[in-house]
Amino acid sequence: MPFIPHTETDVADMLSAIGAPSFDSLFDEIPAELRCGPLAHVPQRLTEMEVARLMHGRAHQDRHGLSFIGAGAYEHHIPAAVWEITTRGEFYSAYTPYQAEASQGTLQLLYEFQSMMTALTGMDVSNASMYDGASALAESVLMAERSHKAGKRRVVVPRTLHPLYRKVLFALIDAQKIDIVEIPHDASGRTDIGAIEALEAGSFTCLVIPQPNFFGAFEDVDALTNLARAKGAMVIAVVNPVSLALLKPPGEWGATGADIVCGDGQPLGAPLASGGPYFGFLTAKQELVRQMPGRIVGRTVDLDGKPGFTLTLQAREQHIRRSKATSNICTNQGLLVTAATIHMTLLGAEGLARVATASMHGTAELLKLLSDIPGVSRVFDNGGFHETAIVLPRAVAPVLEALAAEYGILGGFDLSADYPELGNALLLCVTETKTHADLRHYAEALAAVLAR
Amino acid sequence: MSEPLIFERSSPGRSAYAQRPAAAADFSAIPEALRRKTPPLMPEVSELQAVRHYTRLSKRNFSIDTHFYPLGSCTMKYNPRACNTLAMLPEFLARHPLAPMSHSQGFLACMYDLQEILKDVTGMAGVSLTPMAGAQGEFAGVAMIRAYHRARGDSARTEILVPDAAHGTNPATATMMGYTTREIPTNSEGDVDIEALRAAVGPHTAGIMLTNPSTLGVFERRIKQIAGIVHDAGGLLYYDGANLNAILGKVRPGDMGFDVIHMNLHKTFSTPHGGGGPGAGAVGVSQRMLPFMPIPIVGKATSPPPLAGEGQGGGASGEAASFRWLDERDLPQSIGRLSTFMGNAGVLIRAYIYARMLGRDGMQRVAEYATLNANYLMASLRDKGFDLAFPGRRASHEFIITLKRQKQQIELSATDVAKRLLDYGFHAPTVYFPLLVPECLLIEPTETEDKQTLDLFVDALVAIWAEARRDIKYVKGAPYTMPVRRLDDVRAARQLDIRYQPKP
Repeated sequence: MPFIPHTETDVADMLSAIGAPSFDSLFDEIPAELRCGPLAHVPQRLTEMEVARLMHGRAHQDRHGLSFIGAGAYEHHIPAAVWEITTRGEFYSAYTPYQAEASQGTLQLLYEFQSMMTALTGMDVSNASMYDGASALAESVLMAERSHKAGKRRVVVPRTLHPLYRKVLFALIDAQKIDIVEIPHDASGRTDIGAIEALEAGSFTCLVIPQPNFFGAFEDVDALTNLARAKGAMVIAVVNPVSLALLKPPGEWGATGADIVCGDGQPLGAPLASGGPYFGFLTAKQELVRQMPGRIVGRTVDLDGKPGFTLTLQAREQHIRRSKATSNICTNQGLLVTAATIHMTLLGAEGLARVATASMHGTAELLKLLSDIPGVSRVFDNGGFHETAIVLPRAVAPVLEALAAEYGILGGFDLSADYPELGNALLLCVTETKTHADLRHYAEALAAVLAR
Repeated sequence: MSEPLIFERSSPGRSAYAQRPAAAADFSAIPEALRRKTPPLMPEVSELQAVRHYTRLSKRNFSIDTHFYPLGSCTMKYNPRACNTLAMLPEFLARHPLAPMSHSQGFLACMYDLQEILKDVTGMAGVSLTPMAGAQGEFAGVAMIRAYHRARGDSARTEILVPDAAHGTNPATATMMGYTTREIPTNSEGDVDIEALRAAVGPHTAGIMLTNPSTLGVFERRIKQIAGIVHDAGGLLYYDGANLNAILGKVRPGDMGFDVIHMNLHKTFSTPHGGGGPGAGAVGVSQRMLPFMPIPIVGKATSPPPLAGEGQGGGASGEAASFRWLDERDLPQSIGRLSTFMGNAGVLIRAYIYARMLGRDGMQRVAEYATLNANYLMASLRDKGFDLAFPGRRASHEFIITLKRQKQQIELSATDVAKRLLDYGFHAPTVYFPLLVPECLLIEPTETEDKQTLDLFVDALVAIWAEARRDIKYVKGAPYTMPVRRLDDVRAARQLDIRYQPKP
């Protein structure tokens, strides 16, 4: 029997010890009319060999394309050691570290993770992860609302924030009677600062600032932060962790720094893998620590005065505070944090800066190659991080289809549904994984498709 | 031997050279005002130092692969290695979440199959796989309850009922959805107090959140009656699937009358707990709740998708495309998106592989052997003199013993036993939950443990009790063999140290 160790003798001995005549009698408290028959739609079992064959076939169907899609999930090289160690049974099959003495490995690793994330974002405190970037943003907004008692429950969100993040934010805070005000982008692909200046002071709780934004452009984070302050609002930064190796950390934005920083940790060691599991990170200023959702690890001492690690400030959490908890989150994304911590350790600040640089240069190079194709132009007239938008001379979808079908190139994310005002716009991304030859291949393929 | 922090192994200028791009970092590409001025405090170590440090840390953990984890309500069963190996095939890892349908059919086929398997095994009409953990599944479920009432123009329903034995996530979730919660007491047999329930329901009742078998480890026998009372009042029933392992293939939540359920695939479908996650909290719904499911969901197209070239793929839909995402256009009343993309997709693949290896008969065996192990362990402990919280009841896949008597007689607490068990090589059971039972140990052996392991666990508990009678101080000092002894939690909270700061 798959994954069940019992012999017939075991079963007989155990039933006899229980005093039960049969397996069926173990379920005798369940009303007979509720018992179900065979499961008609569950297939018969496969052996490991058979399921391996099935899954290899399925994996093959996904075909491996040369991808220039970013839009919130980024292809980076992951050092081999990252997942070799992360999938060791001692990490992979461990439980939440509630029994601290038997979980020092996971707990120390989480403490190191918190240290790295606060350093990267320039903040004081970090939790041990949220589900993903979008849900971390929603939790950040709820956290800001809890700590900002006065004024309207209103969050200001620029349209330069990832459209899917905006959808998730709406779904997760909809029931809490918080208004969402969307701010348009200007001609440079950045948040329209004038639209925020026009808002009345005290009329909103927090401003969300994406850096880099969905178009890959750099927002004027100092001006936005100072403006939010002048209006009496808190600042929530949504950042790409790799970009922070080169960019000013949110803790240093404007005169005061951001209050809360969140984002998706995927670029730190998580493979694309169809969208998950990734992890969300959430860091903040010291004074907000008791409003944070999720698990936090602290260093303390044991009975002998020896240092050790334990979950702390648990009175914020659902298993203690129940309906008064800061969030309902319980399970987080611990294994992805394990990978991210090892990933950051192997790359270090210098390695992350090199990854960010190579990605940025590759994107600029591709933008130049594509802009030389007749009819193709850049959408915004400024540089950015590792994503950028171009506009095509005709509808994007059929062009992407032809690139995928004929050249095995996944050419980017079609912006026309989310940003119709940009016309036939396409968002593309280059990371350090792409060679000059890859970029030329894409440019030649796009030129050929558009020449028809 | 303690393991220093990775930062303490760091030396300026050292690096894992093979892992980083060869070209130097170029800060000049960043506009001056946006540039980082000081590098973040990150370790500078060699590859070997990193590998050795994290391998050593791993050895300071208990895990299923190394220890028995009789952790009630958590279903710590064996995580088959094939699920990991096959979920990490290169094509699965490389697939971008926004890849076109032409490059997604293998992944989507797995998700579609998993939806169908979960529908059958729970008796629900529809399944959405996107919630990223049990608590997010609960969130989705309560959001659907809210959406259902609102769609009918019924705005008076402001209250969610929760049994007093419920998981903390239940009331926390209801709060996040803007509901107030009311607790329903449990009777001495461990069942919901029916009269209290009758008195609580009314036109203000949005629904009730129930776990069955309950967190007390017993099957709620009058579930149909409860369903009738709540439904008659216009409320809906929510099933917390934390304990689905107990009834897999035996009883289906849909047949019990539940309108919305979540499943913890990291429990029942054996995906790893990963030291705290990721989980996966797929939701199932009855017919009338279908329009409200969270998106995206995988649909099977009998012909090419009607909106070829659109949808989440944002691109090419090849002629062979037979699966596609269902999104806002297909479910305009959906509660929306709960994750940026498709939830914890890699966890879902692992659950799918596990389900295929179990197969139809294997599903039923899960409940049978999990229940056999729990009842055997319960009978063994009872025979050794331990007190059961509900002696007159059959155990489900878990059960509770109470150390109330030991606490009164010899000061032996549940924490003491939990900590001393670590020295005996067993992870502690769940302690002090549910809150209703004093000094409780909630014990769930799961179906993957053998009889010999269960017997050794009983021996350990018996030995600890004997030790405590001889020398309670010694037991209260446990554990002795772990990397650290009992930790000062009060100090951890009062003198908050949650990140490394080098000494000046």
